[in-house]
Amino acid sequence: MLTLTCPCCGVTAEETEFHAGGEAHLTRYGPGSDDTEFEGYLFMRENPKGVHFERWRHVYGCGKWFQVARCTVTLELFGAYPAQTTRPPQALQDTITAKRPGWSWNDIA
Amino acid sequence: MSEAGTHPGGHIAHITQAPAQGMITLRGDLSTSAVKNAATGVAAVDMPARGQANCVEDRGIAWMSPDELLVLCPYDTVEANVDKMRATLGDAHALAVDVSDARATFLVEGTHAREVLAKLAPVDLAPDAFVPGMFRRTRLAQVPAAFWMRDARTFQIVCFRSHAQYVHDLLKTAAAPGSAVAYFTG
Repeated sequence: MLTLTCPCCGVTAEETEFHAGGEAHLTRYGPGSDDTEFEGYLFMRENPKGVHFERWRHVYGCGKWFQVARCTVTLELFGAYPAQTTRPPQALQDTITAKRPGWSWNDIA
Repeated sequence: MSEAGTHPGGHIAHITQAPAQGMITLRGDLSTSAVKNAATGVAAVDMPARGQANCVEDRGIAWMSPDELLVLCPYDTVEANVDKMRATLGDAHALAVDVSDARATFLVEGTHAREVLAKLAPVDLAPDAFVPGMFRRTRLAQVPAAFWMRDARTFQIVCFRSHAQYVHDLLKTAAAPGSAVAYFTG
């Protein structure tokens, strides 16, 4: 079980107080995009063994969305950061690099 | 030491539905003076910090989220207080609405009150981790709820009125006679 800390309200709780919102940092292709882009947005997801970035919502708490970096193998949490970003903060990427040298995820690191 | 038997029905804590409590949801930018003044002007207590609640009897302010406060006031003054808040807010982009009848409040009192809550919520309720002054929105079993401590042995719980019966039954079950684990009291 994951223990998450919400960066919006500072509360630390286990995952049942939150709701998983799927992969983070998707680019939303809509009208005007070509079929390959739209298919990728709709269906193609990372399924990593190791470092992963996800969206979570503090559904029973403050109700806010945020993003989380974690390891899918050990369930270790590397950190949480605001939803209003299109890439993980550099400090968090450095933290992950220190713990998982050579990691990469999608087009990051 | 067990306190079982000292509460009605032999329950390990005393559970009561609190009388009607005036509650106003105030949403907006909490850093602006208009929103702060609207809340403090009605509740007559200081603005709480993040995750805290300042309550005096049936008046108070609870921090619900980065853009939401729950303002408590006597039930019969809610209407006047909402008008007062709207006047204070003026043109500020904010919302003040009476939610008193949408909510139910419960009191859980007794030495084992922490234990009753700890059985139902994913919250660290150790005596040094959750203390009076803190305010926590979370879930009780399957429904959303929020609680804070009125004093060292009394919790006040707020939930949706449509969940009131469920929450009452939950609390009674968690406080069933003979169910004390004495995890926090030793």
